[in-house]
Amino acid sequence: MNGALNAIVPMACVTAAGIAAMVAESFRDPGERMPIAGLGAVGLIGAAFATILLWNHNSSSFGLVSADNFGLFVTGTLIVLGLLSLAISGPTIERERLPGGEYYALMLFATAGMMLMATATDLLVIFLALEVMSLAVYVLTGIRRDSPASTEAAFKYFLLGAFSSAFFLYGIAFTYGLAGTTRLDKIGHFMAAQAMSPTLMQMLALGLLIVGFAFKVAAVPFHMWTPDAYEGAPPAVTAFMSTGVKAAAFAAFVRVFLSAFEPMRGNWSDVVWVLAAATMIVGTVAGVTQSSVKRMLAYSSIGHGGYLLVALVSGNEFGKGAVLFYLLTYAITNIGAFGVIALLDSADRPNDQVKDYAGLWNDHPVLAALMTIFLLSLGGFPPMAGFIAKWYVFSAAVRAGYTGLAIIGVLTSVISVFFYLRIVVQMYMTPSDVPAQFPAVPKVAAAALVVSAILIFYLGILPTRVLDLAAASISTIF
Amino acid sequence: MSFPILTSIVALPVVGAFLLLLVKGDEERSAPLVRNIALMVSVLVFAETLLLWARFNAASSDFQFVERHAWMPAFGIEYFVGVDGISLLLLVLTAFLTPLALLGSWESVHKQTKAFSIFVLLLESAMMGVFISLDLFLFYIFWDAMLVPMYFLIGIWGYDRRIYASIKFMLYTMAGSVLMLLAILGLAYLHYTATGGYSFDLLKLYDLQIDLHLQFWFFLAFALAFAIKVPLFPFHTWLPDAHVEAPTAGSVILAGVMLKMGTYGLVRFAFPLFPEAAAYFAPALAVLAVVGIIYGALVAMVQPDMKKLVAYSSVSHLGFVVLGITAMNTQGVSGAVYQMLSHGISTGGLFLIVGMLSDRRHTRQIVEYGGLKKITPHLVAAFLIITLASIGLPGLNGFVGEFLILLGAFRWDPRLAAFAATGVILSATYMLWMFQRVNYGPVTNEKNATLSDLQPREWVVIVPVIAVAVLMGVLPNLFLRPIEPSVERMLNHYHQAVATRVQANRERPASDAPLARRRQP
Repeated sequence: MNGALNAIVPMACVTAAGIAAMVAESFRDPGERMPIAGLGAVGLIGAAFATILLWNHNSSSFGLVSADNFGLFVTGTLIVLGLLSLAISGPTIERERLPGGEYYALMLFATAGMMLMATATDLLVIFLALEVMSLAVYVLTGIRRDSPASTEAAFKYFLLGAFSSAFFLYGIAFTYGLAGTTRLDKIGHFMAAQAMSPTLMQMLALGLLIVGFAFKVAAVPFHMWTPDAYEGAPPAVTAFMSTGVKAAAFAAFVRVFLSAFEPMRGNWSDVVWVLAAATMIVGTVAGVTQSSVKRMLAYSSIGHGGYLLVALVSGNEFGKGAVLFYLLTYAITNIGAFGVIALLDSADRPNDQVKDYAGLWNDHPVLAALMTIFLLSLGGFPPMAGFIAKWYVFSAAVRAGYTGLAIIGVLTSVISVFFYLRIVVQMYMTPSDVPAQFPAVPKVAAAALVVSAILIFYLGILPTRVLDLAAASISTIF
Repeated sequence: MSFPILTSIVALPVVGAFLLLLVKGDEERSAPLVRNIALMVSVLVFAETLLLWARFNAASSDFQFVERHAWMPAFGIEYFVGVDGISLLLLVLTAFLTPLALLGSWESVHKQTKAFSIFVLLLESAMMGVFISLDLFLFYIFWDAMLVPMYFLIGIWGYDRRIYASIKFMLYTMAGSVLMLLAILGLAYLHYTATGGYSFDLLKLYDLQIDLHLQFWFFLAFALAFAIKVPLFPFHTWLPDAHVEAPTAGSVILAGVMLKMGTYGLVRFAFPLFPEAAAYFAPALAVLAVVGIIYGALVAMVQPDMKKLVAYSSVSHLGFVVLGITAMNTQGVSGAVYQMLSHGISTGGLFLIVGMLSDRRHTRQIVEYGGLKKITPHLVAAFLIITLASIGLPGLNGFVGEFLILLGAFRWDPRLAAFAATGVILSATYMLWMFQRVNYGPVTNEKNATLSDLQPREWVVIVPVIAVAVLMGVLPNLFLRPIEPSVERMLNHYHQAVATRVQANRERPASDAPLARRRQP
């Protein structure tokens, strides 16, 4: 034992918890209540300890998985959002009569896949992680088996996801054909040698990988699956996948493009620039026209993907740090917003239209206040975390000389405020015409949302420590 | 280490807001307690600002009561606050108007009193934060944070079209300010390229040599944000909506303090940071200001709604302030700062009076009134004094500022002063005409016959306003003394920067002119 396995300890903890959840489910009598979510929480907390212990050690397993600070920062983000997702899932499972063990097991497996994706340093392992994550999330999307909308969403998501995986795999194949390896560091050396006059094969490999990643991070024009999948899935699952999948995919995107393909920056930066601009614009403009809150937030998260792409294409120290900080704040905020949706969702009334939120302030003042905090943070208002995150992204863009992107970014964030405010208007300023039917709020879930809100203020007012962590994380690998 | 008085001033309302969160109970029982706590907190803040004024060294032009702590050291962001003569009095004005705004809506706010008081206190805190920030990042945080409570105040407690007005207010002001955020980032980056370290420290950025081409862009970004806030013609369209729909407290704070943020921003940031660009654009801004003065006055004249009339009169009065600033001489800028305070007092007072009338009759239409003089003599007397103050009658506050501004403008360009002076006459026309229609003549509407005169609470609200209006008219030096050294320092810096690079100034604008025209409306 010389620590060769150290780097995979966090995901091993989570996987073990997932297996335990499955076993527990098989021993559960129908109708019996079991604290399966607690098992998951134990696994995640174990993973958190492992992450803290691994910090700064830069350990690597088999040369395929590297627990460097960058990967660990994303792992930490995933642990936080895993815990929050577990906490807000309870009411959904109860109400929809979902099989709890399977649900939690899938969520944990998906989390393990995401962690692997964030720490993998080999294209094939990234692909493996992508599939582990994606398969679990496809099933979670369709877990309401008797709901046509859920099934349709899962099917769409699966087909397009499989399609994009094929692109990604094709890209890996071309890269392997060129460089003779799938290890990122070796690919980096090869690309550096060839960067001056890239061959057609190189460009093909690059293009296919971009398409594969763009699907996963829901960049325009590869975003079509997102609104349907987010709308059809149970809201707790949407909370989880809108944040986790994005975080993991962006971590891998950054790692592959800012290390292995960094020498070819001149060939991909323009493409990513266009993707970023299109994603910000389409995400926000389409969000304005939505009447369903879930779809609105789906477009909003597409838009936020655009800001992350801005940070990615900026590529400087600030950009890399901004990706990490943005992912963390976006994950906490979005999970909070979808968490509120999940709590308001009741079996006989989905409460999904914007107008269903009328009068929420009178019935659930705390939930309304929390939702407001999440929405304002998404809109980028100080002193919430969203402001610091956006500021970080725009500083990166200004520093890299992408002033145009920064201008598009700030203007789209003003437009996005319009649709976030539509929900606020309903909650505070419109009396409800029908008697409100909001379900009671379970304590654990409410506590999770309060914790998210506190984190948002913490990251918005005293971000120094986390900013420094993010900055320290990027210096280890790039 | 001395007591951090500025931080305590900004933090106190937030603490008060948290205190209010703890008050439990239904609306009926908790409302009086909530109102009293909020009022006490705001009075305490006012007392603290008076203490600050008393301890302020008026002879010095430096920033005083400075507090400085590292906040995000990796990015050169600091918690850096301080006041000079310009911001000191605006701080006092904010703290003066907030308790009055709370008292003024004592009986007109019936629902969710707790949330209302919390938002007013948070707003006060953010506004004072804007005035004391000497770090651009900190400034921007307060600047943006201020929008949220105001949005809720208009949107929840406003009148019929409140939702439209609140969203318009929010989007307009945000659209203006986000480009300023980019300019701030650009400035910090320039500081990095010049010195190797990021900084948002205003005093360091003042000394930065900025390429003329960039100055133009940065100045336009800053000026757009401030022009929307002022609001300078033609960026004023959000103002009448916001004012008319806002509750009394919202209008008082909006007109009394928030509009000054725009002009304060021009004095503190846009002009001294980018002197050459400012010198280049000053004539254009001055023309817009004069257009605003006349346009605002003419539109005010035909308004059937008292609140809308006062709102347009603000467009006109703030035009004077901008004109004074663009003149960039001692009289003009001192007069502009003085007029900011004075406009806060007189327009705040007008909105309070209109609020009192509207509490009684639930309408703000001028035709609904008439002959009030016989029914509510005290109220009408107060109304008259504040109307005259707003017009600029010598001996009251409005005169000093307008006189100094016109003097400054005349020294710069007599034509501008000549046109602007018509605004003084026009303001007498629309204000007195409104006053006449509301208060004189026979009582045409019998609903007015039973209106009650000033309540004790309303005496408490209106007497301080009148007292300050008289004080500012009779003893202007009391207020000008702290203002002038700071204004002088700013002007020295500005003229030096313009003079040293006057040659470059002469050559470059030719090539930059098309760019500048494109952004001009």
